Amino acid sequence: MISQLFSDIGSIWSKYGTVYLNGIANTLLLSVVATLIGCLIGFICGILQTIPCLPQDPFPKRFLLRLIRILIRVYVEVFRGTPMILQAVFIYYGVPYFFGVVFKNIWTVSIIVVSINTGAYMAESVRGGIMSIDPGQFEGAKAIGMNHFQTMVYVVLPQTLRNIMPQIGNNYIINVKDTSVMFIIGFQDFFAVHKMVSGAVFKYFPSAFLEMGGYLFLTLVASFLLRKLEKKLEGKSDYELVNTDQLVMTAGTYSYPGDPPYDEKNRDFKGDPS
Amino acid sequence: MHKLLEINHCKKNFGAVEVLTDLSLSVEKSQVLSIIGPSGSGKSTLLRCATMLETMDGGDLIYDGLYAARDQGGKAVYAEPAQLQKVRNMFGLVFQNFNLFPHYSVLKNVMEAPMLVQKRARKEVQEEAMDLLNQMGLADKATAYPYQLSGGQQQRVSIARALAMNPKILFFDEPTSALDPELTGEILRVIRGLAEKKMTMVIVTHEMSFARDVSDQVVFMNGGLIVEQGRPEEVIDHPTQERTIQFLRRMREQ
Repeated sequence: MISQLFSDIGSIWSKYGTVYLNGIANTLLLSVVATLIGCLIGFICGILQTIPCLPQDPFPKRFLLRLIRILIRVYVEVFRGTPMILQAVFIYYGVPYFFGVVFKNIWTVSIIVVSINTGAYMAESVRGGIMSIDPGQFEGAKAIGMNHFQTMVYVVLPQTLRNIMPQIGNNYIINVKDTSVMFIIGFQDFFAVHKMVSGAVFKYFPSAFLEMGGYLFLTLVASFLLRKLEKKLEGKSDYELVNTDQLVMTAGTYSYPGDPPYDEKNRDFKGDPS
Repeated sequence: MHKLLEINHCKKNFGAVEVLTDLSLSVEKSQVLSIIGPSGSGKSTLLRCATMLETMDGGDLIYDGLYAARDQGGKAVYAEPAQLQKVRNMFGLVFQNFNLFPHYSVLKNVMEAPMLVQKRARKEVQEEAMDLLNQMGLADKATAYPYQLSGGQQQRVSIARALAMNPKILFFDEPTSALDPELTGEILRVIRGLAEKKMTMVIVTHEMSFARDVSDQVVFMNGGLIVEQGRPEEVIDHPTQERTIQFLRRMREQ
């Protein structure tokens, strides 16, 4: 049985090897590009969502900020809450339906769909990452005169990026696998090759076996590289280390146990401080 | 005299709790003002209102003649963003917990604001930053990261970071409260050095003997009000108000 399987795989590979490799290349390119664009969307949503909306701001500004938050919320819920395979079909046929433009390049529409989908997940990851940054970092930046954009780009997001690195990796690995649904609109990824080849030679299991091995190989390599990258990011700025010294409350990593920093909001404060 | 900071009739509530009730004070050029008082007396909130980390509900906030907020019918109306930015450039703030940027080296922490906010040339900023670090005795730590420094060293970096903006007035929010007693001394020495150089400073502190030595003016706060105010010899050595006497006695017993 086993020898039969391997000889079948061998015969498929000798005939269609380059087609499989081409599929792998397409899968990798699509998932890398879409993950990067998805991250960018996520970070932009993160910045927009966290612009402070203060009661003393003028009404148009507050209205605009609320609107942005609602739109991002809707975007996240819709694209996180529906299958990507359906989103692909929806956009691929929906855009010509409404706007009369047909996608000439399958790459364009594939990248758009996977990026938007990844962006929805990343928006939430980035939001969580920003919320986990010590409020003192925002105040420190404000105290030296940085505006919201500068605070985000130079102070908060670099720290957020490091914190959500595992989630970015997670999303990339999910994308390597899930770009397989793009065969539905005719994208020639690794899985689409399986459909094509097995349909031509009627060797379904050997081809599936090859695919399983191929995908596992891609994701394992990705895991390995991501771990390395995380280590590298940590190496130079492992600011978590400082927590080991309990006596010294350290830069940026000190979080107030429960109550905000100013003494009026302290749990001991009952309105009469004496 | 030349008033650098003026706060008139400042009011601040957190929900139903009135934290600052009609509080006024002013700081003149080259003066050191210390704010003392028990926890919950509103001194940190006052500092946060003065540095615009909190917004006042009512009152004026004036820096060197420039209005950041103006009282209109009992409500504080803040100036437009451009003017607030101008005001922000006039002061520096040193936090209790340093709030250094952990992903930047010491030198970058100090250089970040002058380059980004004041848009000054890198070369000039770097020279100044190294000079400041030298003054703080940290020239050899320029390439280190905050986590590699002791608390006292981190606080000195954050003082250098605040000074890099060339502020007219420098605020300290309990600068030694996060440090153990051994490290407290080095920070107090730095602040004393700044006072000798005629830096205008507002310091919220629990270090009574330090406040007496370094200040020109001491304010004792309790319950969102200024209870007593005057020269340190008056307020700390010869307080007249019952609440001040009680507080200082308790501080001495510790």
